[in-house]
Amino acid sequence: MLALVDCNSCYASCEQIFRPDLRGKPVVVLSNNDGFVVARSKEAKSLGIGDLEPFFKIEHRLRLHQVAIFSSNYPLYGDISHRVMTTLRQFSPEVEVYSIDEMFLEFQGLRKPWLDYGRQIRQTLWRDVRMPVGVGIAPSKTLAKLANRAAKTLPGCEGVCALDAPEKWQWFQRRTPVDKVWGIGRRLSRRLAGFGVETAYDLAQANPKVLRRYSNVNIERTIEELNGVPCIPLEEQPPVKKQIYCTRSFGTKLSELQPIQQAVTLYASRAAEKLRAQQSLVKAIHLFLHTSPHEPNYYSRSTIVQMPYPTDDTRLIVQLAKEAIAGLYRPGRHFMKAGIGLVELVPGSLGQGDLFTSGQPAHIGRTMRVLDQVNQRFGRGTLFLGAEGVQKKWKMRQAYTSPAYTTRWGDLPEVVT
Amino acid sequence: MKRVSLYGCSIACGFPFPADDHKEPGPSLDEHLITNPAATFMARANGDSMQGLGIFDRDLLIVDRSLEPVQGDVVVVALDGQLVCKVLDRHRGRLLSANSQYPPIPIRQGQEFIVEGVVKASIRYHRLL
Repeated sequence: MLALVDCNSCYASCEQIFRPDLRGKPVVVLSNNDGFVVARSKEAKSLGIGDLEPFFKIEHRLRLHQVAIFSSNYPLYGDISHRVMTTLRQFSPEVEVYSIDEMFLEFQGLRKPWLDYGRQIRQTLWRDVRMPVGVGIAPSKTLAKLANRAAKTLPGCEGVCALDAPEKWQWFQRRTPVDKVWGIGRRLSRRLAGFGVETAYDLAQANPKVLRRYSNVNIERTIEELNGVPCIPLEEQPPVKKQIYCTRSFGTKLSELQPIQQAVTLYASRAAEKLRAQQSLVKAIHLFLHTSPHEPNYYSRSTIVQMPYPTDDTRLIVQLAKEAIAGLYRPGRHFMKAGIGLVELVPGSLGQGDLFTSGQPAHIGRTMRVLDQVNQRFGRGTLFLGAEGVQKKWKMRQAYTSPAYTTRWGDLPEVVT
Repeated sequence: MKRVSLYGCSIACGFPFPADDHKEPGPSLDEHLITNPAATFMARANGDSMQGLGIFDRDLLIVDRSLEPVQGDVVVVALDGQLVCKVLDRHRGRLLSANSQYPPIPIRQGQEFIVEGVVKASIRYHRLL
């Protein structure tokens, strides 16, 4: 048996953990640069605030209903997500972190009253982390996803559902449109409608060999999974990223080269940090720079730069990125966005040079380790390259950021004594 | 250039340092105070009502949400939406301060009151950081 546990309105719930006054109240979280709504508490949803609505369009309505507004606070969300995952590991050693707010747990050899176990998981997460979650339990991943959906949509479930017998999952499959099945996108569901497949149940009963011809092998696996036969294994190790991108809009449009280079320095530093975290080295980087596509004379350029040797040295990556971005830059234009991609990655162990080509010197690895450790311990941005600049006028707009309650000394929650 | 640390000796010649095999990690405050890291948070005390128990203004509180609060525990509660640190008097349904200037706070029916965690330890700085 498997469980899929996911956090309800994850980011909005994170904002409520140290703000008990906001629990049960409408809360929204905005995307990078305060552009769109990316998370809504249940109460905000019931006010009719949609997902991904542009903030400027609904700001008036939010204020009218006294909705609490937050900019994205990733240090907080990352730490809370980590706490959720740590707590879940108490329930099973075999886990797959599927996303920042979802985790699969495998219960091998366990036989439980599954509903009780699910409730215990849910209560523990609320008690230890103050995170409300939905728990779906079933014999396959696809069914666990479905059970999770049932846990959320059927009011009687109160956040926990076990589809542990065919009559239970078939009952719910009959009430689920096929495009809500894990792995069935909107396009595929339109094609399936041509075969009279409208609900999850129709798909479960369909002939896999026939449908395979009109799609691919994945649909065969989905059908098996819908019938309680697990086909998609747990992936305990997240796959190593093949590319690492860091790209962002500026807070204001930039026409000078220097602030653009400063921004690119920051993006390159972030990307290099992720590169080291997965113990890879980079051989080539991709740089791009563009103006707003909604304005006349749209200008967009990109370039690829080869590194002299496979490296994870922030300083070298930044140096080459800055030179490259200067080549893309044209005076007189108002740039809106820049980005860097580390596109050709190799495992860290392959970075050694040989007789003919020298690799990255060993002391650089040690320097970078110190940089990462300091920033891990004292908060991101404690140590940074001077090339980022100190003023950071290009910085994203984040007007409503909450404190990083759990990761920064200066931001710890205050308790009245 | 080789560096020589207190333990272990990275000089190529000579005998291995006999203490190397007995190296132990030092006592860690984290391990001592934080048994369930995922359920623990730190907070800053703000006020003087808990002085009698040695919790002063700006002291650091180590709060564990996973502990079951019992009679007499120092707890952090959400009282009408605010985080407050008091002594839990379960038997008489009230919260106590540790300062005679503050009367007990009875928990009225229908009042929003949730125990947010048990204060396991508080840390007092004797030299400002």
